[in-house]
Amino acid sequence: MRFILGFIGAVLAGVLLISMISNLATYVQNPPAPLASEEFHKEPKALHLASDGIFGRFDKQQLQRGFQVYSEVCSACHSLSLVSFRDLKGLGYSEAEIKKIASDWKTQVPSINPDTGEAATRKALPSDNFPAPFANEVAARAANNNALPPDLSLMTKAREGGAAYVYSLLTGFTDPNGYRNEHGKPLPAEAKPPQGLHFNPYFANLNIAMPPPLTSNGQVSYADGTKPTVDQMAKDVSAFLVWTAEPNLESRRAAGFAVVIFLLIGTILGYFAYHQVWADAKRKVRVTGALDPENQAKTRRAKAKQGVAG
Amino acid sequence: MATKAGSAEVPQSADAEGLRRRDYLKVGAVAFAGVGGVVALAPLLVQMAPSADVLALSTTEVDISKVQPGQGIKVSWRKQPVFVRNLTPKEIAEANAVPMSQLRDPQSLAERTKPGKQNWLITLGVCTHLGCVPLGIGEGENRGPYGGYFCPCHGSMYDTAARIRQGPAPKNLQVPDYEFTSPTLVTIGAKGK
Amino acid sequence: MSFSWAKPYEPKHPLMRWIDERLPLPRLAYGAVGGGYPVPRNLNYWWNFGVLAGIFLTIQIITGIVLAMHFAATTGGAFNSVNQLIMRDVNAGWLLRYAHMNGASFFFIVTYIHIFRGLYYGSYKAPRELVWMLGLVIYLLMMATAFMGYVLPWGQMSYWGAQVITGFFSAFPLVGEPIRIWLLGGYAPDQAALTRFFSLHYLLPFVIAAVVILHIWALHIPGSSNPTGVDVKDEKDTLPFHPFYTAKDGWFAGAVLLVFAVVTFFAPNYLGHPDNNIPANALATPAHIVPEWYFWPFYAILRSFTVDFVLEAKLWGVLAMFGSILLLFFLPWLDRSPVRSGAYRPVFKRFFWLLAIDVVILGYVGGAPLNWWRTALGQVAAAYYFLHFLVILPLVSAFETPLPLPNSITESVLHGEEAEAAPAGSTPRGGTTAAAVVQ
Repeated sequence: MRFILGFIGAVLAGVLLISMISNLATYVQNPPAPLASEEFHKEPKALHLASDGIFGRFDKQQLQRGFQVYSEVCSACHSLSLVSFRDLKGLGYSEAEIKKIASDWKTQVPSINPDTGEAATRKALPSDNFPAPFANEVAARAANNNALPPDLSLMTKAREGGAAYVYSLLTGFTDPNGYRNEHGKPLPAEAKPPQGLHFNPYFANLNIAMPPPLTSNGQVSYADGTKPTVDQMAKDVSAFLVWTAEPNLESRRAAGFAVVIFLLIGTILGYFAYHQVWADAKRKVRVTGALDPENQAKTRRAKAKQGVAG
Repeated sequence: MATKAGSAEVPQSADAEGLRRRDYLKVGAVAFAGVGGVVALAPLLVQMAPSADVLALSTTEVDISKVQPGQGIKVSWRKQPVFVRNLTPKEIAEANAVPMSQLRDPQSLAERTKPGKQNWLITLGVCTHLGCVPLGIGEGENRGPYGGYFCPCHGSMYDTAARIRQGPAPKNLQVPDYEFTSPTLVTIGAKGK
Repeated sequence: MSFSWAKPYEPKHPLMRWIDERLPLPRLAYGAVGGGYPVPRNLNYWWNFGVLAGIFLTIQIITGIVLAMHFAATTGGAFNSVNQLIMRDVNAGWLLRYAHMNGASFFFIVTYIHIFRGLYYGSYKAPRELVWMLGLVIYLLMMATAFMGYVLPWGQMSYWGAQVITGFFSAFPLVGEPIRIWLLGGYAPDQAALTRFFSLHYLLPFVIAAVVILHIWALHIPGSSNPTGVDVKDEKDTLPFHPFYTAKDGWFAGAVLLVFAVVTFFAPNYLGHPDNNIPANALATPAHIVPEWYFWPFYAILRSFTVDFVLEAKLWGVLAMFGSILLLFFLPWLDRSPVRSGAYRPVFKRFFWLLAIDVVILGYVGGAPLNWWRTALGQVAAAYYFLHFLVILPLVSAFETPLPLPNSITESVLHGEEAEAAPAGSTPRGGTTAAAVVQ
């Protein structure tokens, strides 16, 4: 049986060797050209938010500003369907403010006409989720050049780089003509955006269907008077999207501290209890014969007396 | 629970005093772990309580502008039926004329309505016997001999103030918390003034 | 169980006596994990990981049952029930979801360490072959459970992972495609697949628990092995499981749970993949489909076969992937060395560490996007894996000269003291012992 198994092993190793040789040969003969998306794609810029780090907390003012950017700019195309209006309490809004935000929301919630039964819409209530700007995927694509604007509820969890990626993307739109990467290589013609797409080196495929949403300073006028530069708006909406993805962030970390400290103390207590339980076990094993320390001491003394070298 | 440190082969340690002191650490460690175990139960139990989306639907707003005197509507609140009835002056007089001694569950109409809005009778549409939905709220439904509601399951009969008069039900139809947020809007489930 | 000096159960508390007279559960517990189960006194911390696996199985079952109270197993509702209902609205829902998600990873971490302990110390050798094989059955069930569980949230990776894994079956000629359609209940993962995966994902952990009981039962017949691989000879070699190993397991479990808490509360998404936060889309494939990290070594083996040779490359990959686990069932007969523990097998020890590094390399290759040198590295690593078990181990076990074994466990425990107490040459250890003390 062992020979059969050994033979199988040799066969598998052999087939792998063939695969490897073929793979290396292909590489040597036709080395794959570096993709434009690899050469020109940029890693996200650093973004420092109040919620970063294990001690981070949300900056509610910033979240409110970010919500304002979402409602005035992004909500035209992007849904936020996992978030409910009542969740806005986490941003510091009062019940009355939330009721107003909901009923003033420009997209209404689908419902039925109570008299005729026909499809109708009604004003949103705080218990509703944010209504989607488009009724369904087909409508969304029809309005956006066949592109589907993704839902933003989990966006910072759904992309490598999280909030930093969102921020870099929003501020990263540049003119492809004359664009060079960090090695000075100019953008080749085939990597330039086709009709309807826009060049953004932070996007994995370099050309994104979304037109730059934040184009001018002052696009949104902040209620708290902060200067609405493109950079500021991008930061604020990124912070807001961190909140939409993880509204429980602060309670998670607070609970985490309590649990970790509890377990630390428990483990230390347990460790000392363990040592106490074992204190007598390892050393004081009662052994007899040659291994008995008494006998060994006797043997040593006898040998010393006889002058035997130890 | 072992209180001795080791097995039979291990020499017993000196004095009873030393053993007891040693035990505190072991008992302490186990007790600490036990507390942790109990605390770990908390999320398991708490997750069964109504979630935030269910709690958000704990109030329902009802538009009563179209309900004429003598009419009533049935609405859904917390997934249960609620009868909203606009009482006529005759019905109000009938309700007030009943002596408390004749009622199984003595309550006056005034106690079951809001001051200044005695004509608006808002009650759960759930019979207090075994939970059927009584008849009488819709046009043409059987309102029973007392002119209020009639439960077809076991024959409970309610009067114009939805109080139990005859039949097996022990209590009057329950009046939920509600408040008039405007002359034509009632929020059921909200604790009013 | 098998040791004559095991303390018999003598209930002192009248309630325990009452129960035991009617249903001998107290006696069973005493004899299995209590003062009545003798265990070698020299176990090191690598022996803690079996209990830890049991702890994480329990955590998964408990968090899983409560999550199932809220989960909606429909293609339209699953993603929302996880990402809205559970993560936002259910009280402590976020904690339960993150604990379950990371609990799966930790279950695999402790199980892999437990398996590698078994490989190094020869725990799979006679008379514990069935313990080893039952353990492999548990491992296979764990993989099935984890795979189905990952499909449930119905994210992009859930869907495409299901597509790829069930696609394996179509590699088999003739019967492959019908089997795939039968497994899915359709032509692609859809409602039928989701519901049946939910049902089976709920069921299998209890099957795992049953096999765990068999695994422990089979172990308790010969009793635990130990780092020297030398059999227990008499009472001096053992300690009762309680309180010695309950204390040791207890504190170490606290330490491991501490690490688990740090990950669950402070980096809950680190071991996961961002794409699973995107709702499943059957018409758009993610840029890089990868399974969860604990499947990466097998994924690397699967993808290493790139050339058709007699069989299609895809079929080679599937056969090799399943084979990589199935060959472990033969390990007791591939490695015939009479010496159990790697501590006394210097040549074997070196190959063991090579294997450990090899598996880590396979894991790296499995999780990273493919390019020419990672593919080549994966091919070398996969080849080594098969050669290690099927060719190297049999040869090493036949020809290696092991180190002399201690006469007994007690002797090895006292090695330190007795070496200082006695002059050289008078100790039984070193020189006069024969190697084969096992069986």
